[in-house]
Amino acid sequence: MTLEWIGDAILLLVVLPVVVYLLRGVLNAANSIVPSAQQIASAATAGSKDLDATALLLTTQGQVQKTIEVAADYGGSLDVILDDA
Amino acid sequence: MIIAVLLIVLAVVYYLVSTIVALQRITNALDEAITGVVGIIEKSAPVDEVVTSINANLDAGVDLLEGLLVKKAGLTDAVGLVEGLYPGAAGEGFRNFPESKETKAPRISEVYTKGTLTLARLGREAPIAAASPNGPALRDPSYGSTAARALYPEARQTRPNSMPRSPIIGTDSPVQYVPSESPGVRKRMPVAVGAPAATSPADGGVVKSGLAFLRRLKND
Repeated sequence: MTLEWIGDAILLLVVLPVVVYLLRGVLNAANSIVPSAQQIASAATAGSKDLDATALLLTTQGQVQKTIEVAADYGGSLDVILDDA
Repeated sequence: MIIAVLLIVLAVVYYLVSTIVALQRITNALDEAITGVVGIIEKSAPVDEVVTSINANLDAGVDLLEGLLVKKAGLTDAVGLVEGLYPGAAGEGFRNFPESKETKAPRISEVYTKGTLTLARLGREAPIAAASPNGPALRDPSYGSTAARALYPEARQTRPNSMPRSPIIGTDSPVQYVPSESPGVRKRMPVAVGAPAATSPADGGVVKSGLAFLRRLKND
């Protein structure tokens, strides 16, 4: 009977605090990760949204190509009508 | 004993459930992050190719314009022209002409006005180069700006006194203009303050010169 009481006391005074301490540490670590993960998610979403404008690069590409073609045509004409230095 | 075990089990359950909930929130946030990152990867995938293409076209344009400028103006004048338009740019030189970095830029912008320089460079067909059709492009450091005037209508440049004076505008201006019905044409030219009202072109003054100007304009 005495041993049983001693066992109970050990369970309550030693094992339970240790279990609570360890589990609380795990819970605190998990909770500290949550805001970081949410910030990563919002940053990735914002970054993806910022890249929506990359489709306009195709327009820029076309415009640059046309501009250079016009400049080349103009340069060709100038090459004909102007004397060399 | 049972109570002790029960307390331990309750504590374990409480903390484990809380941990599971936190881990689920982490998983959801990471799912969102992964979706965003996948979006970034997909959207940025063609960027390299497009930007490379744009750069290639721009490089070709630079090669073309630099080559044309140097071919037509000569390296020295080309450097001077660039320096005149963009002060300090001559130090960087032309990309395809490394020797341009060592070329001392002539102070072209001080000798020629931009318009004179451009027209002179147009070659022998240009009006400004008509005086020397077989010679080099016209270079007139003393009268570079007045030479360009000859390209404009005759009366405006050589006989400015035959044109009406520039008006003083405003509701209280000394000379009040009759509103014109069409641009550039007035029913009656205004009379200057203090001058007698002219009734015919022979009377002279502002009205005379104004009517003469209108007549020339009509004949043109």
